[in-house]
Amino acid sequence: MAAPPLIEADVLERVLSASLAKGGEAAEVFAEDRQTSSAVLDDRRIEELAGGRERGAGIRVVVGETTGFAHTADLSEPGLLAAAEAAAAVARGGGGGTKRAALERRRPVAPREDVRLPGDVDKAIKLELLHRADEAARSAGAAITQVQVGYGDSRRRVLIATTDGVHAEDDQVRTRFGVGCVATGDTGMQTGHETVARTEGFEVFSRVAVEDLAAVAARRALSKLAAVPAPSGELPVVLAGGSGGILFHEACGHGLEADHIVKDASVYVGQVGEQVASPLVTLVDDGTVVGEWGNYGVDDEGRPAARNVLIENGVLTDYMWDWLRARKEGRASSGNGRRQSYQHLPMVRMTNTFLLAGTEDPDELVAQTPRGVYVAKLGGGQVNTATGDFVFGTSEAYLIEGGRITAPLRDFNLIGNGPEVLRRIDAVANDFAMMPGTCGKDGQSVPVGCGQATLRITGVTIGGTAA
Amino acid sequence: MSELVALAERVVGRAEPGEQVEAYVALGHDVEVRVYDGQVESLSSATTNGIGIRVLRQDAAGAKLGFAWAGSLDDDIVESTLAEARDNALFATPDPDVVFATPDGVAAADLDLWDASVADVSTDDKVAMALDLERRVRAGDPRIRQVLSADYGDERVEVALASTTGIRSTTRRTAAFLSAMAIAGEGVDSHTGVGYSVARGFAGLEPDRAASDAIVRSCRMLGAKKVPSDRLTVVFDPRVVSTLLSVISSALSGEAVVKGRSFFAGRLGEKVATGSFTLVEDPTDLRAFSAAAYDAEGLACRRTVLIDSGTLEGFLYDTVSARRAGTASTGSAVRGGYAGTPGPGCRALVLQPGHHDQQAILAAVGEGVFVQSVTGVHSGVNPVSGDFSVGIEGLMIRDGELAEPVREVTVASTLQRMLQSVLHVGADIEWLPGIAAGQTLAIGDMQLSGS
Repeated sequence: MAAPPLIEADVLERVLSASLAKGGEAAEVFAEDRQTSSAVLDDRRIEELAGGRERGAGIRVVVGETTGFAHTADLSEPGLLAAAEAAAAVARGGGGGTKRAALERRRPVAPREDVRLPGDVDKAIKLELLHRADEAARSAGAAITQVQVGYGDSRRRVLIATTDGVHAEDDQVRTRFGVGCVATGDTGMQTGHETVARTEGFEVFSRVAVEDLAAVAARRALSKLAAVPAPSGELPVVLAGGSGGILFHEACGHGLEADHIVKDASVYVGQVGEQVASPLVTLVDDGTVVGEWGNYGVDDEGRPAARNVLIENGVLTDYMWDWLRARKEGRASSGNGRRQSYQHLPMVRMTNTFLLAGTEDPDELVAQTPRGVYVAKLGGGQVNTATGDFVFGTSEAYLIEGGRITAPLRDFNLIGNGPEVLRRIDAVANDFAMMPGTCGKDGQSVPVGCGQATLRITGVTIGGTAA
Repeated sequence: MSELVALAERVVGRAEPGEQVEAYVALGHDVEVRVYDGQVESLSSATTNGIGIRVLRQDAAGAKLGFAWAGSLDDDIVESTLAEARDNALFATPDPDVVFATPDGVAAADLDLWDASVADVSTDDKVAMALDLERRVRAGDPRIRQVLSADYGDERVEVALASTTGIRSTTRRTAAFLSAMAIAGEGVDSHTGVGYSVARGFAGLEPDRAASDAIVRSCRMLGAKKVPSDRLTVVFDPRVVSTLLSVISSALSGEAVVKGRSFFAGRLGEKVATGSFTLVEDPTDLRAFSAAAYDAEGLACRRTVLIDSGTLEGFLYDTVSARRAGTASTGSAVRGGYAGTPGPGCRALVLQPGHHDQQAILAAVGEGVFVQSVTGVHSGVNPVSGDFSVGIEGLMIRDGELAEPVREVTVASTLQRMLQSVLHVGADIEWLPGIAAGQTLAIGDMQLSGS
C-alpha cells in the first residue's frame, strides 16, 4: 500500500525556492526513510536480532562548478529550511530569490503487489530460516566446525524534488541471506560463503531454499581443505557462469563512469566508437531488471532506471551518467545517479552490469583449455580507473589440466589490466547467470548486480605461491 | 554533552524488572570540502545523531539480547527504538555468557582528544587549505598531469554511554584530514598517488607533506612494468604495514578465537613470529590517531601485549567473548557507531620499533621488491586460513636501493609464514589514521607473480 509522501509538495516548493534564494542555479531535495531488520546466527545461537530506522533529507544547491550540500534528520519545514540555508551558503552571488520551483502533483508509489513486505513477516519465521541453514551446513560433514548465518531486509522509501521540475518517489524493498562456513582439517582452516540478495521481499524464500545456500557454502569450505597453493605467473582463466560478473564491474565498469571521464581519470576517455574489447563483448548496465540486487524504479536523483548498452560487440558506445555530469555535457542522465543515504551526495554508480551470453557450450571451454585456472566463484575486487589495473579475489577455484577440472586451489588474487583483459576474451558460453555484490566508491556503498556466462580469458596473472 | 548523558540515563531508567538496558548516544558534526581545478567542487556540512539501545532479558537458561538503533534523538523515535530492542530480545537464544560490562575498577587514561580549532576555524579557511593543497601538488612536479581531488574534512564526535549495570562513560574527539589524489603522466603512461595528513585539529595538518607524498608516489611509478615471477624479499612501506597489522588483528580478536575462526586459536604461548616481532595494542598512547580512554562498552582502554618477541601472549576481548573464553575483558570493545553492537577489536596497534630506518633496511636487504601500495586486501587475505595474496605497486630493490617501478604483479604467502619470516622491523614509526601505526617491515621468502 502506498504511504503518504515523506514531504508534501507545497513544502518542497517552498524549500526549493529558499534553496535558490542566495543565487543558486539548481537545487534538489532528497528525502529518505529506511527501515532495516537483521539477524545473525553464530556458533549455533541467535546472537543478535536488530532493527534500525534512518530518516532524513539531503539538500543540494548547485552554482557554477560548485555544489553545496547539507542534510538533516528533521523533516519538518523549519528543519528543511535550515538545511536549505546551509546548502545555499556556497552561492553568494546574490540576485536570487526570484526563481520559483513548481512541482507537478503526482500519485504516490507503492511496492509491487506481489512483494511480501519484511515488516509483515513474523520475526520467528525469519529466525527459523537461520536455524534451517545452520543445520544444513553442519550436516554437510563433520569437518564443518563453525557456521554463521545472516539475514537482512530493508525498505527504503525515497522522494526527490528538484528545481528542474523532477518530482519522483520510489519504494525499494531488499532482502539478503548469507551463509559462511569454516571447515577444519589437517591442513588448517578454510572458509566458504554463499549469499542470495534480491530487490524483493520475503517471497524470495518461496523460490530459494536456504538449505541449498548452506550446502554450497559448506562444499566450498570442505573442498578447499584439500586445496593446493595456486600457481603464479600468467595462465588462461575460465570463469564459470555467474561466478564473476564483478570482473566487468571492476575491469571496465568503473572506468565508464562519467565522473571519472570528465576528470580525465579513466583509460576510456575519448574511446567512444573505438574497439575497446573483444568482439564477443557486449556489456550492459541495466537498473530495470526486476528483482536484481541493483534494481530500482528511479535513481537517487529521481531519473527512471534505464538499460544502457556500454560496449556493443567490443565497441564502446557510451559512458554512464548522473545528473550533475550530464548537465555539464548538455545531455540527459542515464539513470545512474545513486547515493548510500540522504547523508551522501549522489555520484555515478553502476546498477546491474552484465556481459550478454554467447553461444558456446561451457564444458567445451574447459575441454579446449590444456592448462589453466577454473574460477567457480570470485570474491571482491578493486580497480584503479586511471591506470585500468584491477585485482579480484577467488573464493572457489580449481586447476585445469589436460582440459579437465582437477585440484582445488587455495584463495588468491588475480591481477590484470582492464582494457587488456577485455581484448583477451576468446570464448563466451550460453549459461548466463547473475550474482549480487556491494560496490564501494568514495566511501559510499550501494547494492549492485553482476552477470556473465562462462567465458575464457587467454591470459591473466595468477597471484599464487606455487612457482 | 550533558544532553547526551541525560538522554542515555533517561533510557536506562526505563528498564523494567528482569531487564538490563544499555544506551549509546552519539552526536557528530562534520565538514567536507572537495576542490578541483582551482574551484570548490562540493562543500558539505552536517550534523548527525543517533541512538543504539541494547536490552537483555533474563531467562531461566540465560539472557536474551535484543538491539535496535535510530538515526534520530526525537522522543517518539527513541521510545519506539526501546520498544523494538525489547521485542527483538524475545527471539534471541538464551545464553549465560551474554551480559553487559560492569565497572572493573581500571581507571581510564586522561586523554585530551578534543581540539576546538576544527569548530572555530572558518569555512573559508578550510576551503583555502584544500585549494592550497591542490596548488602545491600541481606545482610540485611538471609530470603531475592532474589532481583528481583535493579534500579537507573534519569531524567532532561526542558519545555518552550508560547501562543498568553501572556503566557511565562519555567520550569526545575531533579529527581533521587533508588528502590529495594526483595523476602523474608521461605520454600514454599514467599513475596515481595519494598523499594525506591527519591531525586532531586544523593546526596540526601538514599540507606540504600531503602534497609531496602524492607527488612522489605518483611520479616514481612512471614507466612501471610487469616483471617476471620470482621468490624474493619484500619490503613494505609503513602505510602498507598499517594495513597488514589491521588484517592480522582480526585473527587476534578473542571472539574469532573462541569461535574457531582464527589461525591463532589454541596457540597461546607458542612462537608464532620471529623474535624481532613484538606487537602491542595501546589505545592509551596519545600519539595513536584512534587513541581512546573508554572502549565501546564503557570500560577503560588499556595496554595489551599480543605478541612478545615472537611468542603469542594474548588476545583482545570484550565482555561477552571474555566470558566465553573464561577470562576478563581487555577493554577492547569497538562498535561502528550507534547502528552497531560492540565486539572485540583493535584501536591502536604498534610494533616495537627496530633499530634501522627505511634506507638502512633497503641496504641490508640488497635485492627484492619495495611495496608502496597494495590492492585486493579484502578479497585476497583470509584471516581464518591465513592465505595471503595481494596486488602491489612498488619499486624493485637493487644493490640496496630503490630501482625501477613495478606494476600489475602480486605477492603471496600465508600470514603464518610471513610472521615467521620477518627480517627487519623499522625504527620509523608513523602514527597513521586507522587502527594501527606503520613502520617499514621486511619479509623474506615471498612469491611475486608477474609475467
